[in-house]
Amino acid sequence: MNFSLTPAELLELYRSVLRLRLVEEALAERYQEQEMRCPVHLCVGQEAVPAGVCLALKKTDTVYSNHRAHGHYLAKGGDLNAFVAELYGKATGCTGGYGGSMHLIDLAAGFMGCTPIVGGTVPLAVGSAWAHALRKNGNVAVSFFGDGCFEEGVTHESMNFSALKKLPLLFVCENNQYSVYTPLKDRQPDRPIHRVAEAHGWKAWSADGNDAVEAFGIARQALKAAREGGGPQFLEFFTYRWREHCGPNYDDHLSYRSEEEFKRWKERCPVKLLEKRLTESKVLDPQKIQKIKSEIDREIEAAFKFALSSPPPVTEDLRRKVYAD
Amino acid sequence: MPTKTKTEKAIRLISYAEAIREATAISMRKDPSVLVVGEGVPDPKGIFGTTLGLREEFGAERVLDMPLSENAMTGALIGLALAGFRPVMVHQRVDFTFLAMDQMVNNAAKWHFMFNGKGTVPLVIRVLIGRGWGQGPQHSQSLQALFAHVPGLKVVMPSTPSDAKGMLISAIEDNNPVIFMEHRWLHGFKDEVPEGIYRVPLDKARVVRKGGQVTVASLSYMTIEALRASKYLESHGIEAEVIDLRSVNPLDTSLVVDSVKKTGHLLVCDTAWKTGGVSGEILAQVSEKAFNQLKKSPRRIALGDHPIPTSHFLASDCYPEAGDIVTEIGELLGLDKNGLVLRGVSTLRRQGPLDVPAFDFKGPF
Repeated sequence: MNFSLTPAELLELYRSVLRLRLVEEALAERYQEQEMRCPVHLCVGQEAVPAGVCLALKKTDTVYSNHRAHGHYLAKGGDLNAFVAELYGKATGCTGGYGGSMHLIDLAAGFMGCTPIVGGTVPLAVGSAWAHALRKNGNVAVSFFGDGCFEEGVTHESMNFSALKKLPLLFVCENNQYSVYTPLKDRQPDRPIHRVAEAHGWKAWSADGNDAVEAFGIARQALKAAREGGGPQFLEFFTYRWREHCGPNYDDHLSYRSEEEFKRWKERCPVKLLEKRLTESKVLDPQKIQKIKSEIDREIEAAFKFALSSPPPVTEDLRRKVYAD
Repeated sequence: MPTKTKTEKAIRLISYAEAIREATAISMRKDPSVLVVGEGVPDPKGIFGTTLGLREEFGAERVLDMPLSENAMTGALIGLALAGFRPVMVHQRVDFTFLAMDQMVNNAAKWHFMFNGKGTVPLVIRVLIGRGWGQGPQHSQSLQALFAHVPGLKVVMPSTPSDAKGMLISAIEDNNPVIFMEHRWLHGFKDEVPEGIYRVPLDKARVVRKGGQVTVASLSYMTIEALRASKYLESHGIEAEVIDLRSVNPLDTSLVVDSVKKTGHLLVCDTAWKTGGVSGEILAQVSEKAFNQLKKSPRRIALGDHPIPTSHFLASDCYPEAGDIVTEIGELLGLDKNGLVLRGVSTLRRQGPLDVPAFDFKGPF
């Protein structure tokens, strides 16, 4: 497909994909120090979808996400310093240590929150889209989730209501084919997920989730339709998680997936694919790549420095934190 | 509650259901971000009259029915609340909330805490407790203890029309999720209700009737029975102090503790099961704070630990009433079992079928 991205958009896209990769790899490396004491679900191998979809969003569009949220948070514009500090449980973290990796939030960036109960935030995105519709503000709400979430009843309840109300809503299903160690074929019948969304009355799309250009292009088309009153749009992207479900390591020694399968997906690395494509079309060259990479590296280094030098939160009377005034 | 001005105008008696409707309409007029959503909300019955006329006044965007998707709709309303709206959700039976427990407990209750105050969930969930007319095992549960156990939820259960109105207005204005529990048998109950807007706090019990010999702390509909019992006792020269708890989270036991310090006796009357119920929590808190003032072990009246059967022949015996309250108080005060007070308890038994409330009522509901 030809999505006619401008060179500036392509560069922006590359920077975003690479940034997600470098942040996650830095986390994986530092995680071994046992100072980030909360679960982490890294998106290494899956960077193209968050980068592509979020680049197509406006700042005022709203995003809800799940346990594997780092990419969504960062690509939507979530603050990097507050993110890293959150993983270290510091007072300067985006929730001051109350949430951790699975409860990220940056309201200024339109990242409304993420939670690890699978399906938990799906209807919240519906509510967010409902609010946009009531206010007629032209914004779209987005829910990022995985293939496992498609098995939750709440997802289908949400699709039914959103289609009924023709809400300005985007569901982005990152189908990485595994729920922890359990393959899709043991959980769902052999039928395309996005076709079920069609049966709910949604416009549905499916695409290569390792191709950031495709993710961006399809998201842009779907968002246009959603903004123009076309109702909810369902995007299914096929992708693959490289590292373990939860944690910084590779887990292929557990043999729950074949080496051959892993190798095949690794060859389709979202960063390398985009790099190759943009180099061939002369948008990128080795010098530019190096420049972008070192800028991101500096940003990451600064974020870790910020996080590590930040004070820990002070334990208050936690009962006073439960209710809003 | 505002000062009553009986001398200025005639007392206005309206039903609990009408008080709910009035509180909703007032809140919606005042604040365009208030919406009412629920299965049957705009239908011709209007949730037992509590939502009648709202769609006509406020339109289909703010007063709407919903698919039978309790969990997703609760989540969608949380999403709306996080976006600055103040939705009121209605369930015709509290039993339906089990389908929405994930959203209520994992999201609504925790959002403000787990995001460190970034985001509030001003959501009211009105739930009805069924009783009588064959409601049966899945339409008659009283789930206040379940909700009250969860930090982050506020749980209230007003027993009078004026409290229902003032507390619903407070609940809609509150920035937290509030479970607003209405006992179906209270809907037809009429009482004086002030006009216009007023607020009743969501965290304060109320002394309904003063007395010095025994403290009766009651919840929701059981306050009606406690008042019947106290009236009977009064005719025999026994003064019971009746405290309507009104909320179960926060649970305001301070009035109960103060009262027990005076009376030395406590009876708690709940609409729910005994084991793991709010009645046990009240006993525990009073024992912690006023153990030495208790002259006898505190007692409680609650439902037996079993579901309620459907047949009215079976169900009528499941619900304690005023007579049971008098009997329990007799035990506390050491009254003579063959004395005048306890011998007359049978006169408290309501005449006719016991599967409907005392006021005008026709099944089904």
